[in-house]
Amino acid sequence: MNVLAKTPEVSRRSLLGGGLAGAFLIAFHLPVRASNEPVQPPDSTDGKFAPNAFIRIEESGRTILVMPQVEMGQGVYTAIAMILAEELDADLTQVSLEHAPPNDKLYGNPTFGLQVTGNSNSIRAFWKPLRAAGANARAMLIAAAAQQWQVEPASCTASKSKVIHTESGRSLSYGELALAASSQPPPKDVPLKDPSQFVYVGQPLKRFDTPDKVNGKAVYGIDAMLPGMKFATVVACPVFGGKVGTVDDTAAKKIPGVQKIVVLDDMVAVVGDHMWAAKKGADALRITWDEGANARIGSKEIWQDLRSASEKDGAVAKSVGDIGNGLASGEKFEASFELPFLAHAAMEPINATVHFRGDSCEVWTGTQIMTRVQSEVAKAAGLPVDKVIVNNHLLGGGFGRKLEPDMAVAAVRIAKQVDGPVKVVWTREQDIQHDVYRPVYRDTIAATLSDGKIAAWKYKVAGSAILARWLPPAFQKGIDIDAIDAAVDMPYDIPNFHVEYVHAEPPAVPTGFWRGVGPNNNVFAVECMMDELAHKAGKDPVEFRRAMLGKNPRMRAVLDLVAEKSGWGQPLSPRVGRGVCVQPSFASFIATVVEAEVDERGEVELRKINCVVDTGIAVNPDTVMAQLEGGLIFGLTAALYGEITIDRGRVQQSNFHDYRMLRIDQVPKIEVHVVKSGEPPGGIGETGVNAGPPALRNAIYAATGVALRRLPIDRRLIAAKKA
Amino acid sequence: MATLTINGKLETFDAPPDMPLLWVLRDVLGMTGTKFGCGIAQCGACTVHIDGKAVRSCVLSVGAVGNREITTIEGIGATPAGARAQKAWLDLEVVQCGYCQSGQIMAAAALLAATPHPDDADIDAAMAGNICRCGTYVRIRAAIKQAANGRQS
Amino acid sequence: MRIRILLGIAVIVLAALGIGVWIIRGPGPLDFSAGSRVALADYHDAKPSGVPEKLARASLVERGEYLTKAADCMVCHTTAGGKEYAGGLGFQLPFGTLYSTNITPDKETGIGDYSDRDFLNALHRGVRRDGAGLYAAMPFTSYASMTDDDALAIKAYLFSLPPVKAVPPQNKLVFPFNQRWTLMFWSAVFNRDARFAPDTSQSPAWNRGAYLAEALAHCGECHTPRNLAFALDNRNKFAGAVAAGWRAFNITSDKATGIGAWSDDDLVAYLSLGHANGHGTASGPMGEAVDHSFSQMAPEDIRALVAFLRSVPGLTSTDLPATPAPAAPAGHKDGVTADARGKTVFEGACVSCHGWSGQSPVSPMATLTGAWAVNDPGGTNVAQIVLSGTHRLTPDGVLSMPAFGNAYTDDEVAAVTNYVTARFGGKGSKLTAADIASLRQQTAQ
Ligand code: FES
Ligand code: FES
Repeated sequence: MNVLAKTPEVSRRSLLGGGLAGAFLIAFHLPVRASNEPVQPPDSTDGKFAPNAFIRIEESGRTILVMPQVEMGQGVYTAIAMILAEELDADLTQVSLEHAPPNDKLYGNPTFGLQVTGNSNSIRAFWKPLRAAGANARAMLIAAAAQQWQVEPASCTASKSKVIHTESGRSLSYGELALAASSQPPPKDVPLKDPSQFVYVGQPLKRFDTPDKVNGKAVYGIDAMLPGMKFATVVACPVFGGKVGTVDDTAAKKIPGVQKIVVLDDMVAVVGDHMWAAKKGADALRITWDEGANARIGSKEIWQDLRSASEKDGAVAKSVGDIGNGLASGEKFEASFELPFLAHAAMEPINATVHFRGDSCEVWTGTQIMTRVQSEVAKAAGLPVDKVIVNNHLLGGGFGRKLEPDMAVAAVRIAKQVDGPVKVVWTREQDIQHDVYRPVYRDTIAATLSDGKIAAWKYKVAGSAILARWLPPAFQKGIDIDAIDAAVDMPYDIPNFHVEYVHAEPPAVPTGFWRGVGPNNNVFAVECMMDELAHKAGKDPVEFRRAMLGKNPRMRAVLDLVAEKSGWGQPLSPRVGRGVCVQPSFASFIATVVEAEVDERGEVELRKINCVVDTGIAVNPDTVMAQLEGGLIFGLTAALYGEITIDRGRVQQSNFHDYRMLRIDQVPKIEVHVVKSGEPPGGIGETGVNAGPPALRNAIYAATGVALRRLPIDRRLIAAKKA
Repeated sequence: MATLTINGKLETFDAPPDMPLLWVLRDVLGMTGTKFGCGIAQCGACTVHIDGKAVRSCVLSVGAVGNREITTIEGIGATPAGARAQKAWLDLEVVQCGYCQSGQIMAAAALLAATPHPDDADIDAAMAGNICRCGTYVRIRAAIKQAANGRQS
Repeated sequence: MRIRILLGIAVIVLAALGIGVWIIRGPGPLDFSAGSRVALADYHDAKPSGVPEKLARASLVERGEYLTKAADCMVCHTTAGGKEYAGGLGFQLPFGTLYSTNITPDKETGIGDYSDRDFLNALHRGVRRDGAGLYAAMPFTSYASMTDDDALAIKAYLFSLPPVKAVPPQNKLVFPFNQRWTLMFWSAVFNRDARFAPDTSQSPAWNRGAYLAEALAHCGECHTPRNLAFALDNRNKFAGAVAAGWRAFNITSDKATGIGAWSDDDLVAYLSLGHANGHGTASGPMGEAVDHSFSQMAPEDIRALVAFLRSVPGLTSTDLPATPAPAAPAGHKDGVTADARGKTVFEGACVSCHGWSGQSPVSPMATLTGAWAVNDPGGTNVAQIVLSGTHRLTPDGVLSMPAFGNAYTDDEVAAVTNYVTARFGGKGSKLTAADIASLRQQTAQ
């Protein structure tokens, strides 16, 4: 049987467009390597104008933009292409996009020095370098044309992939200039456009990656198809850190289509002719596990540990004023907020396809961290890094899960025992039970009030230091800068302000970045506490916040606007409430109001969401809106349902029936308003996630008077009391 | 050898009858537009049409299909409802990561074919089985309405 | 004079006691068939006990394996994910929690030290090796019908398995039920301790079926209601009851609410595959009985069971409709639309498999139309299936429905149960969150 009866067609999309963006018909070229074409060296520039790592212009005029960040739904390919094309003055109809190969030097995120997509900083970090890359290339093209025409470069302009000499009306296309431009010396200090001259940036252009996503042609990592490929799935030890004891594969081997059972120390893989054989084979395995010490650990112990750790003093991350005195003068209010473990549950289950050839190794996957996949694969394969080729793909959701290389590493360990390429796909159950989880956090805030304002604020964060594992050099002096990010970066004016961090790793459970990252926890604790303090002060939550935003006009402006748009203060029916959340994270300023109803039985109905964002220059305002809409739903899903629990060292949830997602019939109208701004762009992908939970919690507080301090929302606590 | 009619074409393949249609499409026929999300009919990523009705291919054994007509995301553009849905999806920029969207569009196309002018309750009834982790629900609802009304963006 | 009066009183008291016991105890499980009984040894047709023909010459252990499966020992003596027969499964009873024992041949924690006599005492009389009584959760009043040969074949099989060291949790029973000595009185009244005696007026198949149903499969333990003393009330034999939080339906020959209207093929399919088209799919304890017991039985044994079941006098379950409801309308707005919350749960989590009409688009096993569970206005089994899911081994592999109980609230489970029973059964249940909490309690292990 030939598993490659058809290879998914990887081709140019048909040209589609409409509305405002109808003028820009973009040819989006999907990466071809998914269909196993020979790999081109990444820096091959023959016959092309390749002024830098991001831009290639062919003599045909085709302009290839290389994407240093990965597309996982956040629209970054479109935004990056818009920024490059803006300064390049490229004609978007001639542009194709390509995934970047692994190369930290060329494509590393300037913030991390690593080729990583995360922390909502693609646009923030690449805004300047990409503009410079585009502008430099344009200057070289103009110089080439000027040279040819024997005119001053300053007398030429560029537009839509053409250089024009205005006086004479002559013009040359970028394709025609490609060769000549290649020999131009790289220019220095090319001035960037004034934002008022932007033609693309700031427009709600149609995304370049979507046409192939509505007709089944888009190729994700899980869609890699190679000649002679086998399919595998894994059964990993259900207990974290446990090992395989004995494997009885008699029944599994009898299943038609099962080719091989690969036993590794911590997991067993079944390799077959297709996923069904692999899956049936996996079900038929009889494995005894050597569960190890973690088999004793459960959620109860984990919470006990964390609570006692959070009682300790932490490392001081920031201290302003005199916190001791501040807390001593006046009545002290203190509250602790607790957040559970969460799985990522991206819709595309984790997977990787590997062809191990003995002296080289090739990987097809969708990852947020290209170079780390390459180096970790090299280690697992026992090969030098330059013998490892990584082909990146579109990601069916990342959310931080694909900042880890574990799936590729496991696939390599399996592929080493398989002839030819093998695609390893985790079942949803294995994906959820072998995630790298958003850590449990316990945050304690103590505060005093004076004159209706906060006089002192002591905030202690206790939880995992993900950076200590993920980027050890970034973990210094006992402080995880991610875990305290939005604790330190407070929008409110508070004279005595103090933040501590207690490093407390949960036993057994691996933790990692989850959409919203550190601020996800901080914003929840801060904004819940703000509502409780407003209540103590007898103030309206919006007014209370507003009075302390004097030094933060951008924050105050979005708060004012969201109050207006949400009808803040207008009367509501009983058991309906509005909750507000203000957050300055990722250099964006966002205010959100959630309106929710809590019925007598404690069930929460979302009624309306308003969100106002000042993210600086919104490269593509429609994408900004989409990210907030989606992020809010992502965060509200967690607030309403999200919790991974541990019993006997095992994750108890397994699939969408017990790790629930919000569905379309539970989602209300969401209105996002993007404020016009000339400031540099802020981050956006994670902000909505952080806004949803505190705003909802505060709405429930307003509706019921119950101040919840843990997520997910416990319906029993907010049901109307029985008579 | 077994046969199926997929997007109007007769396909011949070799697979055991208990194999879910999803894996026949993806792994045997290489039609990867139909996605695997949960394998237990809880997410809708694998939705295809069987005789025009939306069905979860991850729990439908290929042996049970018989000679009913299968339509997948690769072929849905050829149906009027499918083409309208795809266009509305692009006009309103519904898609984020896109992984769930094959299933969303298949479910929407089946809805539009059966109920040309769906109200909110019809949309809920037809679409609540499809999870979108990126949270594109608000736009999905708007796109279905636009596809039904034939309005341009 | 005084003595005579006292004596008289004593006689009256004894007679009253005797009558009382006779009334409380009720008829025996096979008393509905009025034919004459003979001892097994004196029965000249095909032997009702033992194993089917194809195993006649098999080893003692192999015969024991067949009988162990027919007696369905494993389900109760194994925890989910635990070692087979190592016990520890919890049974929630009105008066506390009982845990099944380890019946692997481990000498310390299992039954490795049991002699043949010890084993027979336990199986027939409900008496442990140390002399203490067993609770009737162990169906020894049914096993009492089993022949010594068959019982010892089971023992031989169990003793052929690897010993497992495992001590089940302590029973948690309230006074006076934690007093084991009281069990001897219960046993004296309710355990007839009589081996199966064939009925010569019935066919050999009937007798085989009777033996399988009573001595091995112990159908009555779930399907026959219990009296106040927790003993089977055979006046209502097989009329249906709630056991372990699940409703075991009426399996008398009543045409409307029993199995009288099922064809033989339907019954055979249900028992051996756990599903009969138009009648629903076995779930919960019955699903387990099919997976581990009935599906392993020889076809002639299944037919014998059917022959026997057909003879059980019909009794009507008055709460069930006379005929199951037909398919619901295909449109979500047609038919029953009450309970908005139930509909929300249904449209998100259920409709993909079950359809708005109840006719599954993916598998006949997921069709709701015709199933007693959805026609039961009590909604018990629908709620249970929603809570704990169902897992069927079919000839084509596994078919499961996931357990929604861990992520859906009691209120949501009640709502979807009420919606499903109203839409697909015609008469909706009226369960509340408290009812669901209690069902969870009854099945908690
Ligand atoms: S993969 Fe079929 S419904 Fe999720
Ligand atoms: S668009 Fe990503 S899951 Fe729906």
